[in-house]
Amino acid sequence: MTPRFRRLAETGRPAVRFSIDGQAAQALQGDTLLVAMLCNTGAVRCSEFGGERRAGFCLMGACQDCGVWTPQGERLRACTTYVSEGLEVLTAMPALL
Amino acid sequence: MSTARVAIVGAGPAGVRCAEVLVAAGLRPVLVDEGMRDGGQIYRRQPDGFGRGYEALYGTEAERARALHETFDRLRARLDYRPQTLVWNAADSELHLVRDGLSHGLPYDAVVVCSGATDRLMPVPGWQRAGCYSLGAAQIALKAQACAIGEKVVFLGTGPLLYLVAAQYAKAGARVAAVVDTARRGDGIRALPQLGARPDVLRKGLALIAYLRRAGVAMFKGATPVAIEGADAAGVSGLRFRDASGRERLVACDAVAMGYHLRAETQLADLLRCEFRFDAESRQWLPRIDPWGRASVAGVYLAGDGARLQGADGAEASGALAGLAVLRDLGVPADQGQADRLLRVLARMERFRVGIARAFPWPWRQAADLPDTTLVCRCEGITARELRRVVTDEGAREANRAKAFSRVGMGRCQGRYCGLAGAEIVAAASQSDIRQVGRLRAQAPVKPLPATTRQAAHEPQ
Repeated sequence: MTPRFRRLAETGRPAVRFSIDGQAAQALQGDTLLVAMLCNTGAVRCSEFGGERRAGFCLMGACQDCGVWTPQGERLRACTTYVSEGLEVLTAMPALL
Repeated sequence: MSTARVAIVGAGPAGVRCAEVLVAAGLRPVLVDEGMRDGGQIYRRQPDGFGRGYEALYGTEAERARALHETFDRLRARLDYRPQTLVWNAADSELHLVRDGLSHGLPYDAVVVCSGATDRLMPVPGWQRAGCYSLGAAQIALKAQACAIGEKVVFLGTGPLLYLVAAQYAKAGARVAAVVDTARRGDGIRALPQLGARPDVLRKGLALIAYLRRAGVAMFKGATPVAIEGADAAGVSGLRFRDASGRERLVACDAVAMGYHLRAETQLADLLRCEFRFDAESRQWLPRIDPWGRASVAGVYLAGDGARLQGADGAEASGALAGLAVLRDLGVPADQGQADRLLRVLARMERFRVGIARAFPWPWRQAADLPDTTLVCRCEGITARELRRVVTDEGAREANRAKAFSRVGMGRCQGRYCGLAGAEIVAAASQSDIRQVGRLRAQAPVKPLPATTRQAAHEPQ
């Protein structure tokens, strides 16, 4: 899927490798997890209620729309977490994938 | 030197200026902040490793941002600074903090809450789609991450931030498809007497609009949003709205940044049992404060947008003044000349705030006209129909009752993005005044905590 966000500057930072639902992805050091994901794809999860894809809303930790998961079942708020080398994120709760 | 335990919540412009006053008097306040770095939202600092300068990041506010950050850096060794820490509850002269899944209490003699604001939102059909963001979000993406929220962005809503962020996007090289403002041209003209309280800011605002015009950005005043078009999987594909003449237009885009000025973050003031009053200018319930920022509860002080909605400059002044109020109440000598000067500044800020509220009014009448199928609650996908049903069929004419029956306001955002519009829908459906609907009570934890959160064995250093 096409990336949702567009980088306008600060592209000289070191690369960080991570994965989204097992697919290899690349980000830059200092990216929040939300930005890292949305520079690779168009959304970070599906709504549990309407089924539409979601891509965060407030980016300041207030709306809780950008919750993603780790394979261990931990929930991460993508807009207030930095991406890190080797991080594995899931766009649905592990049991549901 | 006083040994009083003073806690400041929030390291934005209000919190940092408050800390500065307290440190100058020899205190060592605890400064608790949820952010990864100081600066709050408006003067948010980019992460380490980013290289853009102040001019690029903050534009006309570069010097204010630099001054605030330098003040914080100078103070830091003399503060008990707790970043990435959420105050999740407040009760009995103790704040409850959580960091990295560990919770602990922070007793205080005085607390200055500088909790800031979020964007105020009015639902529009399709606002749940991927690619629709708050205006604040669009600005954070650019300022803190050097990203645009899409290839082609429409700015929808009203308020100074609408033009500021659109101009920042255009300057940074993003494609701005349109700026769609619900305020009418006449609103701004009628507000000129109040806006004249700060001619410098008024000039900067007009310069932003002139810049957007020169950049060839399509701008609409007096617009009525119809729908954010798109699909469940692909997200936003356009904005449909009626222009001032009533003609329907569709602007293609893959992102919408929307907001209607600010909504005060008042949960902590509420949990601290502060009295609230209805502010008719903003149509919001705000905590009652005296001119210095003292709340109705002894030992509780409120500053910045969380209490006054005056913007960043007002936040700096009210933060410093609240600090002086703390000192006076503790019996520590405080600079009366500085206090008098700040009181004068804040009187001017208040006049200007009223001007902004009138120039960019909250389009509350839209709530009554929202189609039944519009999602009011993005968290749990609850429609305007359901909210209206609990009013008309179940008699839920009060905000908390309507929340209990419909779940609008009960999702993960805890009413931050649906609460004010939800109250307008309830008022319209029950044909009552917005004051009668009341306000959503704050609940602890003020943000969701992981179920694995534990009590810390000892207070972290």
